[in-house]
Amino acid sequence: MHPVLPSEIQSKCYHCGESCEQEFISVEDKKFCCQGCKLVYEVLTQNDLCEYYELDANPGKSQKDNSRLKNRFDYLDDLDVGQKLLDFKNDLESHITFYIPLIHCASCIWLLENLFQINKSIFSSRVDFIKKKVQVKFLHDQISLKEVVSLLSSLGYEPKINLSDLDHKSKNPVDRKTLTKLGVAGFCFGNMMLFSMPEYFSEAELLGEGFKRLFDYLNVVLSLPIVFYSASDYYTSAWNAIRQRKINMDVPIVLGIIAFFLYSLWEIFVQGNAGYMDSLGGLLFFLLLGKVYQQKTFATLEFDRDYKSYFPIAVTRLIQDREEVIPLFKLQVGDVVLVRDEELIPADALLLSDQADIDYSFVTGEEVPIPKRKGELIYAGGRQKGEPILLTIQKSPSQGYLTDLWNNESFEKSNKRLLEPLANRISGVFTWTVLSIALVAFVFWMGKDLSIAVKAFTTVLIVACPCALSMSTPFTLGNTLRIFGKGKFYLKNAAVVERLALLDTVVFDKTGTLTDPANASIEYFGEPLSAETKSIIKAMVARSTHPLSNRINLFLGKIHPVHLEKVQELKGAGVLAVYKNQEFRLGSKSFTGVKGDHFSEGGNHVFLNVEGVNLGYFHIQSGLRNGASKVVKGLAENYELHVLSGDHAHERESLALQLSSELKFNFEQSPTDKLNYLKALNIKGKNTLMIGDGLNDAGALQESQVGIAITDRVSHFSPASDAILDAESFVRIPNFLAFARNSRLIIKASFGLSFLYNILGISLAVQGLLSPVLCAILMPLSSISVVVFTTLATNFMGVRKSLIHLNKH
Amino acid sequence: MEVIFILIAVSLILAVTFLFLFFRAMKDGQFDDSYTPSIRILFENQPKKSKKDQPKKTKSYE
Repeated sequence: MHPVLPSEIQSKCYHCGESCEQEFISVEDKKFCCQGCKLVYEVLTQNDLCEYYELDANPGKSQKDNSRLKNRFDYLDDLDVGQKLLDFKNDLESHITFYIPLIHCASCIWLLENLFQINKSIFSSRVDFIKKKVQVKFLHDQISLKEVVSLLSSLGYEPKINLSDLDHKSKNPVDRKTLTKLGVAGFCFGNMMLFSMPEYFSEAELLGEGFKRLFDYLNVVLSLPIVFYSASDYYTSAWNAIRQRKINMDVPIVLGIIAFFLYSLWEIFVQGNAGYMDSLGGLLFFLLLGKVYQQKTFATLEFDRDYKSYFPIAVTRLIQDREEVIPLFKLQVGDVVLVRDEELIPADALLLSDQADIDYSFVTGEEVPIPKRKGELIYAGGRQKGEPILLTIQKSPSQGYLTDLWNNESFEKSNKRLLEPLANRISGVFTWTVLSIALVAFVFWMGKDLSIAVKAFTTVLIVACPCALSMSTPFTLGNTLRIFGKGKFYLKNAAVVERLALLDTVVFDKTGTLTDPANASIEYFGEPLSAETKSIIKAMVARSTHPLSNRINLFLGKIHPVHLEKVQELKGAGVLAVYKNQEFRLGSKSFTGVKGDHFSEGGNHVFLNVEGVNLGYFHIQSGLRNGASKVVKGLAENYELHVLSGDHAHERESLALQLSSELKFNFEQSPTDKLNYLKALNIKGKNTLMIGDGLNDAGALQESQVGIAITDRVSHFSPASDAILDAESFVRIPNFLAFARNSRLIIKASFGLSFLYNILGISLAVQGLLSPVLCAILMPLSSISVVVFTTLATNFMGVRKSLIHLNKH
Repeated sequence: MEVIFILIAVSLILAVTFLFLFFRAMKDGQFDDSYTPSIRILFENQPKKSKKDQPKKTKSYE
């Protein structure tokens, strides 16, 4: 048990750790901040699960705002929905995987894996901590899906079920096949090395000729799984390339494999020699190793999200004053829906209630809610703040102003305008050169000795097999991916690195990307504020959760708030307070009764009114992100820069002044405009990078060569993109781009290195001098030296670009 | 020296066994999540107060 320590610990909620000095509920010797936390504790005590509290202190989540309605899971009883969510179902049991964002500590794992102690019908549950997922298996005769979700929710672990969960796309991204192939190749290669010993050591001659033959045949047997199973991906890839009349990296590899295999068979069975089977095994083992290394994935991140990942799976529909929770796909134009506080508007709709406050931070990156009046059209994707509102649906969820983006053709062709990877372009030249050298050698020897001619021809193909060549790319890119990951810049896959290196145009979104809501610039206009008034305002804004209040709170700095006699926040209007019998109002124009239009342009205004007299107003403009001007100036030398913004143009001059005059500004851009803007740039032949943050940038992110989504919480929210950048690494964008260019240089340099080996090998091979021993030394040596070179070079560059810190630990 | 034939057979059988075990582990998904088991192993397997019988206990740790 926890020792009873100072009062500080005692005044914390036993469940969630929130301080609860003023109001608390106590049970036995434990204190709870709210009914919800107490309830969870009681459920756990009843089921003998208090170990939950011993693994980690205060592991729970505050249940204070968990006052949501009981019927919110009703849609799970819908058979269609249930069927689509389940992983597996038979007569007896159902399996389902939930995403639970709250999973954060050992206690979470322990509790979620002990669900069977609470309800025996759940017979197994397993947590994947990194992915924050839990797979639950239950007997559906005894407990329904809805009850499982309600149980999780009652414990404070409410699963997040979004519209995209219904799609059931590829659920298991873990590539087991390549690993299995690597395993097989490793097994065969290891054993082949052993059986090849007699070739390398003269002492083994003592074993006698019989053993040597046996070993050679064993080598042939062991090479079969490698040639016919482990290497299969290379055949398909090479065949596909040839069918499109192209040559990619895999074509020379396959040529090499075939030459290795056939020539060794001939050597072993016809000539009675050793053959090159062990080198063939080594080749494929190293190649597959490189492949696995390149496939570094960031399992917690998702790069392919569309609006469905944010939209709710169900909505509350009103039919003749009766509420009904239905799945979103059953929603029809003309339906009346009820949207409560913090719920998302599911489709473009007309407002039926008097007023609403819609927070579009998902869409635009601006978190200050926009007030809407009765009869106005509200676009899908906004979040209601405040009282529940009624809406009539105008368009189906997939056809809205925002969601229509995903019907654009850019989203249909899954591939970007493909840049030929460096390796593919080189391998074309390489393959033809090697083939012609082999032919020349063959023709040269043919007149003198046919067997040497055959040997020269095949050994040229064998030794020139681009083992080192094809390993330089995966290892360099794989390393770059890891170094970027350390710098909190997460790429979708290795191919993005090469595209990053070739960019010449950078397009920024303004709100939320170049500007940061948290960095607001605030000015006060009007009668000067006394210290006392400031303290009063401080006390008022401290009680409000509105983003503008938070900003004013920060602006006022560390002054001591007064104790107000009465304070009340009116959602969508402002804060009303009484102090020394004077009424203070802080909020919108209508709330404070201000008239006229003579205020400074742009941004948001918060008005102050005391006893009916207007004293002045705060003018709040979103400020630039820290380091934004540094980034823009750093990029201006090498890149063409554009800014796209959905806002009005009033900030153009101040932005141009603060950032760079070379920026091309475009204001009042709709999501589709942004997409088309990028498309126009691409058609002009530019290699574009789009940096954005909201769903309204999704089209542009998709259309650009590389789309980077910038986000404050990496696992939290980002539209589909090629890369996700943690906002705190924003300053390092120029470094990342420079590093991508460097890694391209490193690839080129290591190509040079492997060409040296090839020249050495080929010069021996054309003379018919290549032997199995020489081959067995040369192949691994060249591969390993290339791997070592790329690893050292990328890390060195990483340190120089200050992306890796040597003495971090 | 003929004993080497037997040794070779034994070594190959052994190696194939390991390969087979690797396949099985792969199929079970042992390589899918390499982090959670490191925490799971630290949990007490025995319920502290055995008031209740827990027949399904072993199953959940399959």
